[in-house]
Amino acid sequence: MEDKLREFFNKNFKDDVIKEDKFRGDVSYYIKPDSLYAICEGLLADSDLDMKFLSDITSLDWLNHAEEKNGRFEVVYNLYSIGHSYRFFLKVRLDGENPSVKSLIDLWDGANWMEREVFDMMGINFEGHPNLTKILTADELDGHPLRKDFPLTWEQPKFTWNLDDPPEVIK
Amino acid sequence: MSNVSKTVTLNMGPQHPSTHGVLRVVLELDGETVVKAEPVLGYLHTGIEKTMEDKLYYKAIPCTDRMDYLAPMSNNLGFCLAVEKLMEIDIPEKVQWVRVCLAELTRINSHLVWLGTHALDLGAMSMLLYAFRDRESIMDMYEAVGGQRMMTTYIRIGGLAQDIPKDFDKGIRKVIKTIKAGLVDYETLLTNNEIFINRTKGVGVLSAEEAINLSLSGPLLRGSGVNQDLRKANPYSSYEKFDFEVPLGKNGDAYDRYLIRIEEIKQSMRIMEQALDGMPEGPYRAHVPGIVLPPKEDILYKMESMIFHFKIITEGFKTPVGAVYQAIESGKGEIGFFISADGTNKPHRVRVRPPSFINLAALPKMCEGNMFADVVCAIGSIDIVLGEVDR
Repeated sequence: MEDKLREFFNKNFKDDVIKEDKFRGDVSYYIKPDSLYAICEGLLADSDLDMKFLSDITSLDWLNHAEEKNGRFEVVYNLYSIGHSYRFFLKVRLDGENPSVKSLIDLWDGANWMEREVFDMMGINFEGHPNLTKILTADELDGHPLRKDFPLTWEQPKFTWNLDDPPEVIK
Repeated sequence: MSNVSKTVTLNMGPQHPSTHGVLRVVLELDGETVVKAEPVLGYLHTGIEKTMEDKLYYKAIPCTDRMDYLAPMSNNLGFCLAVEKLMEIDIPEKVQWVRVCLAELTRINSHLVWLGTHALDLGAMSMLLYAFRDRESIMDMYEAVGGQRMMTTYIRIGGLAQDIPKDFDKGIRKVIKTIKAGLVDYETLLTNNEIFINRTKGVGVLSAEEAINLSLSGPLLRGSGVNQDLRKANPYSSYEKFDFEVPLGKNGDAYDRYLIRIEEIKQSMRIMEQALDGMPEGPYRAHVPGIVLPPKEDILYKMESMIFHFKIITEGFKTPVGAVYQAIESGKGEIGFFISADGTNKPHRVRVRPPSFINLAALPKMCEGNMFADVVCAIGSIDIVLGEVDR
């Protein structure tokens, strides 16, 4: 299965793959963000690979880390083939300023909430998502909690009963 | 009076007995038909993924209990397997078998609570009492092994928190006996019950293509006839040594999901019996100095054990750089832990693939165009735990 996958990338998307990586048996392909949609479309069309199950979308923040030179954010697409019981990862690296990648909602309905969660927690924009709104955090919360520069101990004034800065209700 | 039909917007929840927690659904109704259903989440969001980033690997395990509080052991197992994969720890055979036994016990626990509450939603109130009566025996077993009824944190990195009690075998067999007797009650009450069948047959139908497209997992995916069970597909913790069947549905409706869960309880008991019959002897923790805590008994007599214990508790262990993903089949579906390690003693990022959250995304598709009264049945058939949905 691993060879089939490599063949698929070599045949159709040779220039779009930045790096192939294998760690503890998990195979991942670092690809260019612009080609993500085309690759996923190609994977879905390839009946031999049978990569029809988008298991998960998640994101990482490499702020203040040696990895940051390749782009601050990383979006990880977890793809699974039910027929072959095989899992692999597509990874894209995005810049710290306005990170944005094309939405996969046209290919998988399941991408809807996963992308909304990544947007909410990490602040990554998914182009073409029809309803990219907050899903887990409160509507009034500023910022994206899973970013490494999100303050851990400071509470935003609207969520606290701090006497120095009382909410509108008390005034 | 105009003839133009108007839709009514109805707010269901967050405080509503049939939403199984604090789920809010905004429904747009045209008469009795649901035009649009929009789940609103986040009332129970506690930032568990962020919390885990700031903890040593050992100290992140209790966070996993608090997500899906009805299935603590499978969450522990998923996280520990992911860390063990990252650190390349070989687990003693006995530990693997005990873990299988407890994971199946947890699946029964999760399914029993689902059965009771789902039937309660549909008007069969006595089911709740029967299900919770039998669940009590599982809680007693949890208490016997881990000292806790709910947040057990019993499965640890490299092994178990403590050795299994002497009467483990006897206790589990007693649970199996109780559940077997209970199953007769449940099936007599529900399987051929006309009211139950009318309420669940043809409700919340999802085809196999839709289920795969929506990334569903667990009984929801299998209810639509897709043969996918991670215990068979990618065996972990020596599941390949056990003989069991994966029940599949045909119509993909709420009734099929009910039948699947009942059958899964039976299969779980089969696995548990096999695990008890062939339980190997051995240590309850792997011997990996510096990474896995030494047995508590050794700390009193051996200097090295004392030093390692102190070091692991205070500063943890350093990891290699890389990202691993380990998924297990919990009662609700595929729960996966994606751990990105940056070489320090704390995870750089822990992502939980929450089965409840991703399965809940199917709710609009199950409800829209159908009757308003079936929304409750559709929510129930997904089997959500809001602690895991919101994390």
